[in-house]
Amino acid sequence: MKLYPTIGLETHAELMTESKLFCSCSARFGGGENEHCCIGCSGFPGALPALNKKALELIVRAGFSFNCEIARFTKWERKNYFYPDLPAAYQVSQMERPVCAGGFLEINVSGEKKTIRLNRIHLEEDAGKLTHEGNRSFADYNRTGVPLIEIVTEPDFHSADEVVAYVEKLRQILQYADICDGKMEQGSLRCDVNISLATIENTQAGKLGVRTEIKNLNSIKAIGRAIQAETERQTDIIESGGTVVQQTLRFNDANGEITPMRNKENAHDYRYFPDPDIPPVVLTEEELKSFKAALPELPEVRMSRYTAEFGLSPNDAAIILGDKNVSDFYDDTVKIYNSPKTLAGFIIVELLRRVNLGEANMKSLSFTADDFAELQRFVDEGKVNRDIRKDILRDMLESGKSPVQICDEKNLWIKEDAGAVEAVIDKIMAANPAAVEQYKNGEIKVFGFLMGQANKELKGSAAPATVKNMLEQKLKKA
Amino acid sequence: MESLIQLRKSLDEKKISVRELTKQYLDRINHYTGNAYVSVTEETAFKNAEIAQKLIDTGNATALTGIPCSVKDNICVAGIKATSGSKMLEDFIPFYDAKVIRDLAAQGYVLTGKTNMDEFAMGNSNRTSVFGNASNPHDVMRVPGGSSGGSAAAVAADLCAYSIGTDTGGSIRQPASHCGVVGLKPTYESISRHGIVAFAGSFDTVGPIAKTSEDCAVIMESLCEGKDFTSKLGRDIKGVKIALIKELFTDSVDTNVKTAVMDKVEFLKSHGAEIIEASMPVLEYAAPAYFVLASAEGASALSKFDGVKYGLKGEGASYDEQLRDSRTRGLGDEVKRRIMLGNFVLSGDNMNDYFRKALAVKQRVIREYNDVFSKADAIISPTSMRTAFSLDEPSDFVKIYSSTLYTVPANLAGLPCVSTPCNISRDFDKQNMPAGLSVTGKKFDEATILQIADFIERGAR
Repeated sequence: MKLYPTIGLETHAELMTESKLFCSCSARFGGGENEHCCIGCSGFPGALPALNKKALELIVRAGFSFNCEIARFTKWERKNYFYPDLPAAYQVSQMERPVCAGGFLEINVSGEKKTIRLNRIHLEEDAGKLTHEGNRSFADYNRTGVPLIEIVTEPDFHSADEVVAYVEKLRQILQYADICDGKMEQGSLRCDVNISLATIENTQAGKLGVRTEIKNLNSIKAIGRAIQAETERQTDIIESGGTVVQQTLRFNDANGEITPMRNKENAHDYRYFPDPDIPPVVLTEEELKSFKAALPELPEVRMSRYTAEFGLSPNDAAIILGDKNVSDFYDDTVKIYNSPKTLAGFIIVELLRRVNLGEANMKSLSFTADDFAELQRFVDEGKVNRDIRKDILRDMLESGKSPVQICDEKNLWIKEDAGAVEAVIDKIMAANPAAVEQYKNGEIKVFGFLMGQANKELKGSAAPATVKNMLEQKLKKA
Repeated sequence: MESLIQLRKSLDEKKISVRELTKQYLDRINHYTGNAYVSVTEETAFKNAEIAQKLIDTGNATALTGIPCSVKDNICVAGIKATSGSKMLEDFIPFYDAKVIRDLAAQGYVLTGKTNMDEFAMGNSNRTSVFGNASNPHDVMRVPGGSSGGSAAAVAADLCAYSIGTDTGGSIRQPASHCGVVGLKPTYESISRHGIVAFAGSFDTVGPIAKTSEDCAVIMESLCEGKDFTSKLGRDIKGVKIALIKELFTDSVDTNVKTAVMDKVEFLKSHGAEIIEASMPVLEYAAPAYFVLASAEGASALSKFDGVKYGLKGEGASYDEQLRDSRTRGLGDEVKRRIMLGNFVLSGDNMNDYFRKALAVKQRVIREYNDVFSKADAIISPTSMRTAFSLDEPSDFVKIYSSTLYTVPANLAGLPCVSTPCNISRDFDKQNMPAGLSVTGKKFDEATILQIADFIERGAR
């Protein structure tokens, strides 16, 4: 009996708004304990919420990005439960009328395309954070009230690979659309995974097994591992004749263990009901139009621009699109110097290598896109030797100086001074009479040696073609 | 007993200073034994008086400048306890002012103190207050009504010129009726609920209790910039169409109350008002629907009282134990009863069986009101089916809950409604407890209901 997993995903993404969902406190990560708090987000009597319009725009943006139907009328409910990280003892969320319904996302798993259907996206508030020291607990409400969207899929996944591909794609889109920073390590993007197992026949007939839910996975690696572990756990239970219990589980990232949080009997009855303090919102066509106009360019659109307009290979385009910071930087360089292909090459071959080596950070480069583009222009125009491009780049990273400054200081400009080149070649030939003799005897491969010696002496101050031509002529005459 | 209008005149004409006036009121409060106040804010009052006097002296006085008032104890004033009549918040001192307090302060109000109330505004007799009930100034052995019982008693005993209360299901109008003063529940959300300890956000309404409808109109106009409350005061009521809803004049209404109300209806008719008979069959379900909805919201609103952030700290080894202890000791029986009711109607399938049905009743109430208001300018009804009852009358919850029929329809529909005394005349007899008559109007048409109530009051003077 081969068992087949069916998986659904709920992803929580914190929105990149300045302030919280229902008050004007900062929504930024960090800050001293309880510094981003007011009477509203810390649950004092008499506080009233006021909806953050930017959060509404961002969830609508998510709706556009994931092909959802956007509600013209949307409202909020209270989800009631006691927990010390929830100061009002209810979370404002959306039940009946979420902002976005339906939608889909296309993923690519080992070369095969697959469509993942979305059920809904709704706008809600985050809870606070608890820390425990010995038998004491501390509540920090900085995160309380930070706007979240919850993106719920249909149970369309059947492997961990599909889920991972989906989360990666989702994260990329959220980042490109400036909806969520996607920092899973800071908890700004986290997933709950629902899994059930059944035979292929039953799965196809829609007869799914008992479902469990793993809460709060906060890395792509953990998602893959947790699905693997839970699939194995359920398989063991079913194969040994047991039944899977419907329950909520926790995945321990450190040891890979799955432990129960609560089972169905202890499941909360959240007693959802319309929040009397938050008036329903009617979204007008004008608002939606202005939200659409402000929608940043999504990765797929950029991909086709890079390949069709810039002529990059799909592979190179994908490398650049892999990080929004890189892609944004690339676009900035192209705006300054319209040579998208050489710039893409420079970024992929040299800049990303520095990044991967940890010598550069895309978010805090010591030079501007301007400087970077200019350096490539000098190379392309034959003003700077291509071979020393990487050295100049490293110098820019370290010193923050502009390429002009570096070339001036280190005398790296190609000098079209035929006399100087001739003098150097004469010197090299005089110093290596054996090599010259070998060349004359038909051993052409020593040409490279002589060329290298000359270039070493010239320190990149002459165009390679000039050196090559002159050396060839001199050797013929010798 | 002087009205706000009269006091305004005395202050503006410098017949009395704000400080002297404040002292007079504070003296009365300090000698009063009826438990109308839970905090007397003498120091604040004198500070306020100083500011108010300056405003008057510099010609910057407005209607409320220097007039001693009180506010219900579920309204937050920075630095002053806001207990909401509960042990849970016995020591809770907010560090922020409610919006209505900011607006009052901007006019140079004089705060004499915070008034007694039913715990978290849940009750209609003021007996659920952890501080014990306020008594009715007309008969100390009777309840003042509730939940704004302390506010109504304080105005009736002239411990303040006016009081700011809240009305979720009748909490301004019913005590005003029992204490023989005027209480106005304005249109829902006319005055911000910011800084009001929430009971049921869909219905909680801030409003004044004062000696006359004219005073209420002046207070409202001071608090709601640009809105009209006073323009119709003193106009004759010829041709004004007044509806009587048959479901609110059944045999459940005490004969004396009914007679008092009908006397005033006859009085209005004799001055040219047109009386129309109407029916609102949905009212049969109004009180149960109100209790379902308000208790559900109340259960949720009161959940934040867990003793963690403020309020009565619970004992115990875990959060759950501390929570249980805090709420077991911190909340009173009536509040617990409503929390249980509220959670019950929201749990599982009950959401459909109770909560959604109650919402449907609410919509129906609005529709039937619209029908009546397509033919009438205002509705007159008794505020309560009887006068203030005895303090030791046992609490029969079904009876108490169903007795709210006369006040909750206006809350369900968010309509303005004013209660004015209808059996007090110059020869008011203390044996005869005050009864109230309610005038309900169209949304934001306080001007018309205040005109009618004021007309009745002028007739009685």
